[in-house]
Amino acid sequence: MSQVELKNITKRFPTVTALQDVSFSFEHGEFFVLLGPTGAGKTTTLRIVAGLEKQDSGTISMDGQNIDTRTPAERDVAFVFQQYSLYPTMTVYDNLAFPLRSPLRKTPEPEIKIRVESATEKLRISHLLKRKTAQLSGGEMQRVAIGRAIVREPRLFLMDEPLSNLDAKLREALRVELKHLQKTQGSTTLFVTHDQIEALTMADRIAVLNEGEVVQQGTPDDIYDRPATTFVAQLVGTPKINLLAASRQEGTVHVKGSGLCVPAPRLALPETFLMGIRPEDIRPDPNGTFGAVVSLTEPLGVETILHLKAGELPLLSLVPGMASQRVGDQIRFTIVQEKLHFFGPDNRRIAEERT
Amino acid sequence: MATIQLSKVEKKFGDLHAVKPLDLTINDGEFVVLLGPSGCGKTTTLRMISGLEAVTGGRILLNGKEVTWKHPSERDMAFVFQFYALYSHLSVRQNIAFPLQAQGMKREAIDKRVNEVVDILRIRHLLRLRPGKLAGGDQQRVALARALVRRPAAFLMDEPLGALDAELRESMRAEIKNLHIAQHATTVYVTHDQIEAMAMGDRIVVMSKAEVQQVGTPVDVYYNPSNLFVARFIGSPGMNLVKGKFSGGAVRMAGNDRYEVPPAWQKPLADSLDGRDEVILGFRPEAARVTPDGSMAGEVYATDMHGGHTVLHVNICEGEIVHIRSDRQNTYPMGTPIRFAIDPEMVRFFNPRTEAAVRREAAR
Repeated sequence: MSQVELKNITKRFPTVTALQDVSFSFEHGEFFVLLGPTGAGKTTTLRIVAGLEKQDSGTISMDGQNIDTRTPAERDVAFVFQQYSLYPTMTVYDNLAFPLRSPLRKTPEPEIKIRVESATEKLRISHLLKRKTAQLSGGEMQRVAIGRAIVREPRLFLMDEPLSNLDAKLREALRVELKHLQKTQGSTTLFVTHDQIEALTMADRIAVLNEGEVVQQGTPDDIYDRPATTFVAQLVGTPKINLLAASRQEGTVHVKGSGLCVPAPRLALPETFLMGIRPEDIRPDPNGTFGAVVSLTEPLGVETILHLKAGELPLLSLVPGMASQRVGDQIRFTIVQEKLHFFGPDNRRIAEERT
Repeated sequence: MATIQLSKVEKKFGDLHAVKPLDLTINDGEFVVLLGPSGCGKTTTLRMISGLEAVTGGRILLNGKEVTWKHPSERDMAFVFQFYALYSHLSVRQNIAFPLQAQGMKREAIDKRVNEVVDILRIRHLLRLRPGKLAGGDQQRVALARALVRRPAAFLMDEPLGALDAELRESMRAEIKNLHIAQHATTVYVTHDQIEAMAMGDRIVVMSKAEVQQVGTPVDVYYNPSNLFVARFIGSPGMNLVKGKFSGGAVRMAGNDRYEVPPAWQKPLADSLDGRDEVILGFRPEAARVTPDGSMAGEVYATDMHGGHTVLHVNICEGEIVHIRSDRQNTYPMGTPIRFAIDPEMVRFFNPRTEAAVRREAAR
């Protein structure tokens, strides 16, 4: 397994610049996630790392060695796609053995058997070995596809939205298993997704891509608790963060038309700016400072989304369990002030302290 | 205004039931969701209500009058599909006006109605555009407007948000619900997405394998699922279900965990298992709490950060993994042994042979 570094990668296609000066690196054994919306450049990045696509400028190194001129085969990476791309008429065993039997590797059959059996055990698909892959369910097929990557014992796993074709329940289950497997194997993984929950739950670290540029890199905690821009703040978290136009007035922060007013933080705030409040940080409380009317409730079971109107201002609040509030109720609430986010007119996080 | 009654409504294709005899009353102004995995019969049920599909048995009543064999156009219900079915060569205004023109309504009256609905759905600025120029969310708003403009007795919606991306789905979900709160039109809504069903429904009809599994409010189906299917299907992740044996007032599980059954459950449990001891213990992820003196033990299999909270996946015995919702700060390295307790108010039991929930109340 390997350490990988991308330095100033730029990639242009005839009509668009797909990647602009993209740099990031991840360590041996790390689960690194590229998160971004469609068209952000995630898959292009992955293909460049694999050697399936050539960058226009910048370099990629693996364990300190430049790999720019290496062919995909020489890079020794295993790709897992959204589409499983298995051979439907072969058994699960033969599908898994296939990459090992290739002329390039010519692994002896007894060793193939050991590797295949060990991989299928980890993926809990040992009982399927004799089945043709065409007879498998979607979740089983994706396990086989992952197994086929594992048996090769590559230096690096590249995964391109491998869970997005599965239904919600299955995706959840496989997410947990994939993460467990990655940690027990210590395999270095570069994982691409547009799904923020996948990124938060699976990653050791995340790079957020938007329009071909890296907007922020960090642990899930960094990304969620200290989003670098309003784009990142809105990308992670469901329901979405409340972003409110606010202004500074004599030591306090005001949100017009809402009655919201909190002590100004020790930050260098401009006169007007955006204040971000995560829905879970708006908490109904009979003794709360602020008032609102409930305009809609969405009970999801484990939690409830309350749509509030504080004056003219719509706010989302996320409360645990099946909330007792009803549409039309007048409620009081508090805001967790140490968790507020502030963004300047350039949409960047204001982190600089007031002098 | 509409009350819709289904009485023993069924649909057979040859010997195969697409929908087994189904009784359901949808009250005036109610938002009822038909929920289930693909192939469960929910869409067929909706299509039978609309008249697009003929029943092979049973009766459908609208406001007490039989409409079972009436043509769809005589039922006064508006259908909204997943695919918007808009006319690409007509403008948004013409698309919305179309059903009224077809009824032969006067021009001024049509304009008045169209203006009303475009304000409700906030699409006035799109009136001159062709549907092809619109984003998915706006196309679905136009489709809703076209249904709304007819002022039908009831709305029938077949996965109207299914083609939209996650973010838009969430905001459109709230819009449709707001619309319903404002208009209070009887609505039957089909989806396979349990989150949508929970968020939107006054009542949810959970279906599986052509059969109704449970009819209830979101609170009912979440806290008191009638059987294992509903327990698993509702919730994300679903209810934790652990096999065990009931004896001496406790449930014993593989791996030597012993769960002391709360007093209120002792008799119902003994009564409903009729002599056998196999039982399934169920609890929602938020019903478990990590504590050193908890009666359940396991090893951390994975820890997931979900933003506002953490989900711990705990291996309690030979690959049996339960999910515990926990505070953000509670993260543990893989393999950490932990103990947890289950809130006695939130524990549930199921009979593994019948798959039915054990009822606390019925046995009293």
